[in-house]
Amino acid sequence: MALELERVTKRFGDFTAVDQLSLTVEEGTMYGFLGANGAGKTTTFRMILGLLTPTEGNISWNGRTISYETSPLIGYLPEERGLYPKMKVLDQLIFLGQLRGMKKSAAKSAALHWLDRFEVPQNTNKKVEELSKGNQQKIQVIAALLHSPQLLILDEPFSGLDPVNVEMLKKAIVDFRNSGATILFSSHRMDHVEELCEQLSIIHHGKQLVSGNLRDVKRSFGKQNVRIRADFPLMELESIEGVTTTHHSLEGAVFQVEDERVAHTLLQAALLKGPIRQFEIEEPSLQDIFIAKVGNEHA
Amino acid sequence: MREFWIIFKQSFLTKAKTKSFFITTLIMVAGIFLFANLPSIMEKVGKMMGNEEDDRVLVVDESGVLFDRLLEHLQQNEQGISLELTEDTKDQLLEQVKSEEIASFMELSFDADQTIQANYTTSSLVDQFLPSALQDALQNIQTEVKAERLSLSVEQVSELFAPIQFEKHNISETAKSEEELNQARILVYVLMFVIYFAVIIYSSMIATEVATEKSSRVMEILISSVSPVKHMFAKVLGIGSLGIVQILVYAVSGFLAYRLSSTGEKNELSAFFSLENLEVSTLVYAVIFFLLGYFLYATLAALLGSLVSRTEDVQQMIMPMSLLIVAAFIIAATGLGNPELGYLKIASFIPFFAPLVMFLRVGMLDLPLWEPLLSIGIMVVTILILGWFGSKVYRGGVLMYGPSRSLKDLKKAVQLGKE
Repeated sequence: MALELERVTKRFGDFTAVDQLSLTVEEGTMYGFLGANGAGKTTTFRMILGLLTPTEGNISWNGRTISYETSPLIGYLPEERGLYPKMKVLDQLIFLGQLRGMKKSAAKSAALHWLDRFEVPQNTNKKVEELSKGNQQKIQVIAALLHSPQLLILDEPFSGLDPVNVEMLKKAIVDFRNSGATILFSSHRMDHVEELCEQLSIIHHGKQLVSGNLRDVKRSFGKQNVRIRADFPLMELESIEGVTTTHHSLEGAVFQVEDERVAHTLLQAALLKGPIRQFEIEEPSLQDIFIAKVGNEHA
Repeated sequence: MREFWIIFKQSFLTKAKTKSFFITTLIMVAGIFLFANLPSIMEKVGKMMGNEEDDRVLVVDESGVLFDRLLEHLQQNEQGISLELTEDTKDQLLEQVKSEEIASFMELSFDADQTIQANYTTSSLVDQFLPSALQDALQNIQTEVKAERLSLSVEQVSELFAPIQFEKHNISETAKSEEELNQARILVYVLMFVIYFAVIIYSSMIATEVATEKSSRVMEILISSVSPVKHMFAKVLGIGSLGIVQILVYAVSGFLAYRLSSTGEKNELSAFFSLENLEVSTLVYAVIFFLLGYFLYATLAALLGSLVSRTEDVQQMIMPMSLLIVAAFIIAATGLGNPELGYLKIASFIPFFAPLVMFLRVGMLDLPLWEPLLSIGIMVVTILILGWFGSKVYRGGVLMYGPSRSLKDLKKAVQLGKE
């Protein structure tokens, strides 16, 4: 059940929120959607959910358009907390489960199962507003997963959670993918996307700057990081041709280089100055790519 | 349809289960029972406080005969007034009134024509009952005195004062008899109040609900599984049913309270609640106009509520709507005394005023059937238009965030809803 977006554009008056966006999320995979605030992520999600109609382009899921008929198959986690503050957790989950087509009893047992799995069964009968932000986020995630959707759209699922809970939710989401669900999620946290997603897009001001397989994205970025640790300062190496940016630390420096030959030049230059303790050519991190791409756009 | 009922149930039950709803209902019911038993409670409290003491009036009698006759009269007809003859001078008495030793005094005398001259002096502004009771008694004494002077027999006197037969017949087609009108007035007045308060309370409840769902972003989840239009109407119906249940609770407790009320005293309110002389048609119209008024304003409120992003802005947004309801009530209230005023007829066909004004007219006048039907028709059409327009605004409104707090955003919302 693949989700396909074909050259989707959304304009609000003169403002173009999403510009010619194309992506495909295969069944059983997770797609990362990266973008700064206001990049057009939420608008894209709303279009996928059918809340907004694209100005141009086509969105289909398994060959059909998404409508209220397919809504029981879709799970959605909005960016901000989307729960009734005054309603009790269990009542709320049952209500949202029913809206997604579940029977009341099924919704109840699923809700209890998930509350248990996320280690918050003590919150079953509390009002949402009484919970901490992290626990509210857990309830929110349960609301999105409750009805075992086949398409899961998660807008910033890990915000406000401590590392232990992030791991817990990650595991739940990975289990979901492994059971065949199609997942699209957005995040500011590059490491999460790097860890979870086979495919990704970086969008900025509605434009798709980068898209594709994680490995391909990294390769086509062209730049690599060279990490050198030495007991002497490495300032002078900055001026070598082909070094784009440098980050110095106490124990050495990381140089971003355009290709591997520059890395060797760097190594030779460093060895001339004295013994080095570590030399490593690293793949660029998604963070580097994001900053380079989005940062460039800013400039 | 399934989602519609889920939302309907949810908006009904979560609201009904809140403590505040329960407490308000309870307080209102307690208030109704208290009000029904007010006379007997007042009496009991009065007894306990020892307020049963007679009103004491000092009398300076220059005629020498009036005091005894007045005393006799009051003993026959009035209770709770005690007279006391005094020899003090006027100045002394004035001092006593000023220093609040006594509440009042009265000087009695005859003038040259044997007409009673009475001067009642008091420092209390609120005392209405006592002087008028005294005046009535003195008037009767005066009649007796004069009759004696003219040597008229008791029969002659009563013949002289025999009341005439005066009956009003109004042949206007719409007018009801005076008696009917008075009966209808109290019923219409009570029901008008119910409609007014219900509409104002429940429609602002809807606007707040919608804004809360929006500000808590639960709206995004809701409308990703239910269409905004369904959601809006489920909400309006859910809160509406809640209102009807609440009003029924009040009505039943009102009925019970007056049935069980210990005084057994009959007044207009008790007659209303005991369903005596009840005009069924008035009650039916009350239900119809309540429902129409509610749906009219609730749809408008949902529309307005969908435009704001924060609950704090709701009141500001629905202000024009509230003013509209208040205006309708004022227009209708001016017609209680004279429901045939020209502008009432016009107002009863203006959709936002009609629920109250047409109800007033139909309750107090014998209108030809087409008038209420036309008014109902106009309201139904307006509700449909508002519902249609509301769903357009709602679609976009619920997705719109930011500092939206004016009606200008209507256009933006409709635009967004289309996209």
